[in-house]
Amino acid sequence: MSHLIEIRDLSKIYAQGEEPVRALDGVSLSIDEGEFVAIMGASGSGKSTMLNILGCLDTPTQGTYLLDGVEVAGRSRTELAHIRNHKLGFVFQNFNLLPRTSAIENVELPDLYMGRLTRKQRRRRALELLKRVGLGGRGTHTPAQLSGGQQQRVAIARALMNEPPVLFADEPTGNLDTKSSVEIMNLFTELSKEGITIVMVTHEDDIAAFAGRHLLMKDGHIVRDDKREAAS
Amino acid sequence: MSLAMIFKVAVLAIFRNKTRSLLTCLGIIFGIAAVIAVLAIGKGASAMMVAEISQMGNNLLMVFPERKQAGAVHQGLGGGQTMTAEDVVAIKRELPHLVEFASPQVNAACQLMYQNKNWSTRVQGVSTDFPDIKNWTMKDGRFFNEQEERRASRVCVIGGTVASNLFADEDPVGQTIRVKNMAFKVVGVLDQKGANNWGDDQDDTVMAPYTTVSRVLQGSAFKSINMMNISLYDMDDLDEAKEEISALLRQRHKLADYQDDDFETRDTTEIMNTIGSVTGLMTVLLTVVAAISLLVGGIGIMNIMLVSVTERIKEIGLRMAIGATPFMILTQFLLESMVLSTVGGILGVALGVGVAELIGAVKHWPIVIEASSAVFSFGFSAFVGMFFGFYPAYRASKLNPIDCLRYE
Repeated sequence: MSHLIEIRDLSKIYAQGEEPVRALDGVSLSIDEGEFVAIMGASGSGKSTMLNILGCLDTPTQGTYLLDGVEVAGRSRTELAHIRNHKLGFVFQNFNLLPRTSAIENVELPDLYMGRLTRKQRRRRALELLKRVGLGGRGTHTPAQLSGGQQQRVAIARALMNEPPVLFADEPTGNLDTKSSVEIMNLFTELSKEGITIVMVTHEDDIAAFAGRHLLMKDGHIVRDDKREAAS
Repeated sequence: MSLAMIFKVAVLAIFRNKTRSLLTCLGIIFGIAAVIAVLAIGKGASAMMVAEISQMGNNLLMVFPERKQAGAVHQGLGGGQTMTAEDVVAIKRELPHLVEFASPQVNAACQLMYQNKNWSTRVQGVSTDFPDIKNWTMKDGRFFNEQEERRASRVCVIGGTVASNLFADEDPVGQTIRVKNMAFKVVGVLDQKGANNWGDDQDDTVMAPYTTVSRVLQGSAFKSINMMNISLYDMDDLDEAKEEISALLRQRHKLADYQDDDFETRDTTEIMNTIGSVTGLMTVLLTVVAAISLLVGGIGIMNIMLVSVTERIKEIGLRMAIGATPFMILTQFLLESMVLSTVGGILGVALGVGVAELIGAVKHWPIVIEASSAVFSFGFSAFVGMFFGFYPAYRASKLNPIDCLRYE
């Protein structure tokens, strides 16, 4: 059977200084639809590099990457933009919302680039998504008027705008207090149950505990791959 | 994503960053406004200077008879009696390719009377060409005509000073004044010119046909004139004109080769050269001021744009991460810069013209707004604005989204 995400012998080499740095060193991995994967590891282990390449934000130096059965490595920048727009959603540690822009406009943004919906449909869907993440009444707030946890919910709503099959999250709770972190992780768990594939980088064990599969990375290699039932 | 949508995104981005947009616009507005206002006022002042000096006469060449010596006593310029009105007619006839207008001039100092008032002034006997040579225009009535000149009619036109002293509030045209106790009909009043560069009141004058003045007022047996005023088509021909006139006069005065000229020529080239160097200096000064204004405006724009580069590159990274293609990014930023530059440019031109007109109105200066200065300053500011608005986007669009997101 074909996997949603399949990488083979993937390497990312930074030509920094005299010694080239192998951030990823011949990694192979497959992730199936609906999985909730946590990638863990110390800083510099290559976990973020892995996530960025899986998310088509960065390009691998060597190896192959099949996303939904389609080869991604070696695609043009415009093609990668289309892939990100249609198939991938992102949640970042520092939220990356457009400043001085209302929550609702931030959520609508991915569809502006996709152009799938009419203006009315887009607004309606953005409002639904905000309600879904628990921010029903705060559509007109700008990021500065929202707490960290609320900003991250806006970011999640934005990631869901184009109904991507995969959600990538890079330390999504890294800037949040414990209470907000748990709320965000509960939201992820719900999304996972609805069938959205989630790949998340974290270095906190209790956050990783929400995921069904744990990958541990060290020096550009996957050194452990545990699959188990989600703790919740 | 359609172009209209990208345009919308660009406009949204402009309004999202109101401070930055406003400051960028201000840089463009003041850069352009300063250039337009400074150049408009400066060029206006130059034009005014040239106009004031050229009031003296257009391409003027003056010829005086040689100063005569009676024993040990020198007579003043124009005192010789060798030059006649026929010389003027000959010059006009023989040198039509060089000489546009020519007028003899005979002067008489006279007492004027009208009813119980009197005034003492000079009477200039001239031909109908004279107003064209010296840039005189009529305020009322008309200048005397060729028929009156030929017939030596007793008509005259009077300057503003004479008119106000003899007539006060009355309309002088059609009245009769007495000049040296002879009746002259006033046919016109000249427009006021004010004092000339040497402080003489140019309006304190009466003009009558030279024929009348020499026959009636000078009562001279000779047909000699005090000077001739010649207006050339082109000041570039000055040297040639001087030679031709000189040759013609020598021939007409039957001077042998060993004899000196019995006349002297004067022209306004020296004054015109001074004007030229002054206006040249003004142009250099204005250009420098304008260039500095543009540079300051440009640096302002550049600063604002560069200060926000980090935020913008992160924004680009985010937009690319959620699916914007490099083309969309570039188009958005290009449109953004274009909208800002255009709006700022239009406001800048309007402000510059407004300030120039205002200063012109308050100071009563003529305003010369040249399209070239508007176009150039608009172009420069737009280029600076677009370059610094577009360049970060261009650089960022070459990076991976993750490098933009991590840009510090």
